[in-house]
Amino acid sequence: MIEFEQVTKRFGSWTAVDAVSFTVAEGEFRVLIGPSGSGKSTVLRMINRLIPADEGAIRIDGEDIASLKPEELRRRMGYVIQSVGLFPHWTVERNIATVPGLLGWPKARIRDRVTELLELLNLDPRRYRGAYPHQLSGGQQQRVGVARALAAEPRILLMDEPFSALDPITRASLQTELSAIHRRTGTTVVFVTHDMDEALRLGDRIAVMDHGRLIQCATPLDILTRPASPLVRDLVGREEWGLKRLAVETVGDRARRQESVTGEPLAAETPLHRALSEMVARGTERLPVVDGDGRPAGVLHLSDLVRPTSGGVVPGGTA
Amino acid sequence: MTGAGMAPRDFLTDRLMLGLVVLVALVLGMPSLKPLFATLFPRLDRPLYEAESFVSLTLDHMALVGASSLAAIMLGGGAGIAVTRPWGREFRGLLETVATMGQTFPPVAVLALAVPVMGFGPEPALIALTLYALLPVVENTVAGLDGVPAPVLDSARGLGMGPAEVLFRVELPLAAPVILAGIRTAVIINVGTAAIASTVGAKTLGLPIIVGLNGSNQAYVIQGALIVAALAVVIDAGFDRLAGWLTRWSQR
Repeated sequence: MIEFEQVTKRFGSWTAVDAVSFTVAEGEFRVLIGPSGSGKSTVLRMINRLIPADEGAIRIDGEDIASLKPEELRRRMGYVIQSVGLFPHWTVERNIATVPGLLGWPKARIRDRVTELLELLNLDPRRYRGAYPHQLSGGQQQRVGVARALAAEPRILLMDEPFSALDPITRASLQTELSAIHRRTGTTVVFVTHDMDEALRLGDRIAVMDHGRLIQCATPLDILTRPASPLVRDLVGREEWGLKRLAVETVGDRARRQESVTGEPLAAETPLHRALSEMVARGTERLPVVDGDGRPAGVLHLSDLVRPTSGGVVPGGTA
Repeated sequence: MTGAGMAPRDFLTDRLMLGLVVLVALVLGMPSLKPLFATLFPRLDRPLYEAESFVSLTLDHMALVGASSLAAIMLGGGAGIAVTRPWGREFRGLLETVATMGQTFPPVAVLALAVPVMGFGPEPALIALTLYALLPVVENTVAGLDGVPAPVLDSARGLGMGPAEVLFRVELPLAAPVILAGIRTAVIINVGTAAIASTVGAKTLGLPIIVGLNGSNQAYVIQGALIVAALAVVIDAGFDRLAGWLTRWSQR
């Protein structure tokens, strides 16, 4: 658990972070979003003390981080940045082994861990273990960057716009993989981005920042349907609002349980915007749904996509 | 390229090996060139410098260059590292000024000033050469460390490396090619400047040159200069090899 209590950071006369308080729960995927200069990266970098806080307290599992040695604190957290920052003179293996090496893990354990992580990030260990960063594509480099951050099994993963510099296809596949890794490991993730689609897609909760202040901290659904300020509404945007709204709920949320219909079924965890796309593609208004074990789980109707139970229209006017 | 499988052609195009062969041949074989110099300079009574053996002159020359370069690397490298740390940043301007002044002083002037204090011999030469080598080492150490990409430093710290680990595992290895280029410049300059140090009584390859200039004996001058030049070529080629080895990761 990460707690910020009235944390302030000034650079000269400029207040980068202004009395911010929030809590990130154990295992949560928390996204920090905001315009540039909103203080989101500063907040992230205060968690591992790359930037010291001027006022207030930052606690991790109840322990004030000011009482810990910065190096020890950082070795317990993964850290991924936009420009990756792999060590260019080290092989992929040695890069990933950075923190386990600092922690003094035995060689065999480090080697096994590197193999495991390369496989986790879809990089063939035989091919990439001995490669140097400059031999990799941007997407592969960031995969190694994520693997390096996860190496010592940190309970907290800090990510500063990690996928912003990647092409859309690579970005989407890394987002999917990160989601899967988060679900599987239960690591607490704090993820900075300026891309609301990415935030809606990944976050359990999204904290919106502006001018060093926390404007709103809510679930993706609430960010979409109950924006706390015009800024939040602008960040979400009017364009394709309906599809974004559909994307934060799954087929399982809206399926009519008792019905059944023939056809190729959709998995219950499919986001609703995919279901809509599927209906258009198949020219149908009803789709069968199956649960995680492949058992029938009802039918999804087009009308249920359009008329949800709550928060179905653009807040503050027509799109 | 490995030594074991080296073809004759590789051997001839390898600057380091070729330079070494020429250097050793010149140092050991100079006495046997006496008839040649006698033919070239028929008016000279003594066409070969024989007061000291060229072997001992070369070894002394190399020792002086080695000691002064080592001192410059320790002092200049240490100072360059210090002013790129957070606690030493304020002294950066001062250090660069001092190093530039060291370079601007003509070596002969430093030698002349050092003699009254330290007397004749290798000591004033050592001081002058060290001062002279300082600037390129300081400049390149600072430039090399400045050139380490900020994201690499950010992630090194963010992953939990301490200041010493960041310096020795990340900054110095990445700055090494630039620092080495500075050391290379310093050493090559010193190979030439060490010859002048003979004027204050240091025994170097400059001795036959100085004696030759004083006594209008061009043969002496040529003999000393040839070996100095060969030595410079060998050292330069050696640095080339070392630079390639240091950046071998980037050539894959």
